[in-house]
Amino acid sequence: MLLEFEKPIADLELKLQEMKELAKGRKIDLSADIQSLEEKIQILKKETFQNLTRWQRVQLSRHADRPYALDYIYEMTNDFVELHGDRTVKDDKAMIGGLGDLDGRSVMFIGQQKGRNTKQRQERNFGMANPEGYRKALRLMKMAEKFGKPIVTLIDTPGAFPGLEAEERGQGEAIARNLKEMFMLKVPVICIIIGEGASGGALGIAIGDKVYMLENTWYSVISPESCSSILWRSWDYKEQAAEALKLTATDMKNNGLIDGIIEEPLGGAHKDMKNMAKTIKSTILEALKELDKIKPEKRTDQRIDKFCSMGVFVE
Amino acid sequence: MAWFKRTDKGIKTSTEDKKDAPDGLWFKTPKGNIIHTRELKNNSYVCPDDDYHVKIGSKEYFEILFDGNNFKELDTNMRSGDPLKFVDSKPYNARIEATISKTELNDAVRSAVGKMNGFDIVISCMDFNFIGGSMGSVVGEKIARAIDHSLKNKIPFLMISKSGGARMMEAGFSLMQMAKTSAKLALLDKAGIPYISLLTDPTTGGVTASYAMLGDFNIAEPGALIGFAGPRVIRETIGKDLPKGFQSAEFVLEHGFLDFIIDRRQLKNRLTTLLKLLNN
Repeated sequence: MLLEFEKPIADLELKLQEMKELAKGRKIDLSADIQSLEEKIQILKKETFQNLTRWQRVQLSRHADRPYALDYIYEMTNDFVELHGDRTVKDDKAMIGGLGDLDGRSVMFIGQQKGRNTKQRQERNFGMANPEGYRKALRLMKMAEKFGKPIVTLIDTPGAFPGLEAEERGQGEAIARNLKEMFMLKVPVICIIIGEGASGGALGIAIGDKVYMLENTWYSVISPESCSSILWRSWDYKEQAAEALKLTATDMKNNGLIDGIIEEPLGGAHKDMKNMAKTIKSTILEALKELDKIKPEKRTDQRIDKFCSMGVFVE
Repeated sequence: MAWFKRTDKGIKTSTEDKKDAPDGLWFKTPKGNIIHTRELKNNSYVCPDDDYHVKIGSKEYFEILFDGNNFKELDTNMRSGDPLKFVDSKPYNARIEATISKTELNDAVRSAVGKMNGFDIVISCMDFNFIGGSMGSVVGEKIARAIDHSLKNKIPFLMISKSGGARMMEAGFSLMQMAKTSAKLALLDKAGIPYISLLTDPTTGGVTASYAMLGDFNIAEPGALIGFAGPRVIRETIGKDLPKGFQSAEFVLEHGFLDFIIDRRQLKNRLTTLLKLLNN
């Protein structure tokens, strides 16, 4: 699956492959041509990915090949034990969690999980958690606190699920409780937007001492499509809505709403998952080193102060 | 024969051509009865014929709850900035200006401190007239400061919610107001100061998913629409009509997310009883 702006690059890459095949079989020296084509591809890649529009970044965040939470967790950890259920209603497959070993340090991982094929997508409910998902997340966070393990959340959701049962079981209450409880957690909390960060559904696991966004992700109060449909009364203004919402990692960093941006491999996280996981892992370890030095009470105070300073108004 | 005849079906007046009816002396209830506005006011803005709770704003709630309508307003002059220079069908700052002059409100929430049957209380009350009661930086900050006032003076906090949710024109900033208000409520919780959340018609979206659902006591007015996702979105998601009474206060009570539903005429006394019970 290719996005529109990935196609010219993919075409050239195909050409390069053909040329390499050709060179292999015969005795003609194509190395000069190959090198020049490789350079051309590199330049095109840089040009394309350094000048992405906001909407194009939204598209990348939803790329069909993009790594999901469990992909990163299994890549980063030596041991990972997945834990299930909210102990009340059921196990929400759109929200995953468990203990993992990160270079000798046990970490509680929590995140929304999307599916790769139709069956998985249904099972994971497209990464849209129900209230029991948020309650499962909170249960695991409390467990982490009990055993003194830091928490890492990986956020990737088009929103909390807007369904009938979700309302019956208190979607609003579940998210609200998580926000409040996460401020009081005595262990370090690191939150990383790895794909889509849609509104309360994302925020419900995104109250952290450090909040990072991968380079090609988005985080806002509403998706560009829904924003278009409400404010422009049509689905056709998603590009404008994406521009207006200022929802990219750079925008959010410039507005002081996140702590940092994690760079992606050229072409996006899906082009080199292993390296992406490595960068994420080193970011987590680096952040933990910093957060370990702070006393738990001070850490929660700082967490509260950081979010309380967000907002722009005049008096 | 009727002295006028509607030739076209439905209302075709465009939004710009709609005329505001002057504030008259008479009010027509949903049942069709005409009552004097003084009668309505004396009945806490509840229709006497069918107990319908008319949608009211901070001015009316303050009048109902504060003794003698005496209160000190907090952060009266705070207004919205336009951090994102947001433009949809019109620029956000123009929308703000127009709404301020139309509603004579500075934003969608007002906070005040005063006495309720002799008990000190801090009340933040939302105004739906102001861009659908949407929560932006001003709403978040004013609620946060009202909670600070409660914390500092050890006074119970009452939040009256009435909102369509977050304010899109402040995008990421508006989202973080959910976090900010929840953080302050965590501190209030820790300090052991009572927080009562009154949900009125309608309370949805990011407001439901933050302070509105975090009360020590979550209470609601009869028939209020309360939910996270709006009914239209849910209908589109599940592709079915919603059951009758879905997302009504009564439905939310039945599912365990409210402590009780309160008729507005009994609101002040019931809140006082609650505070008394906590005090003794």
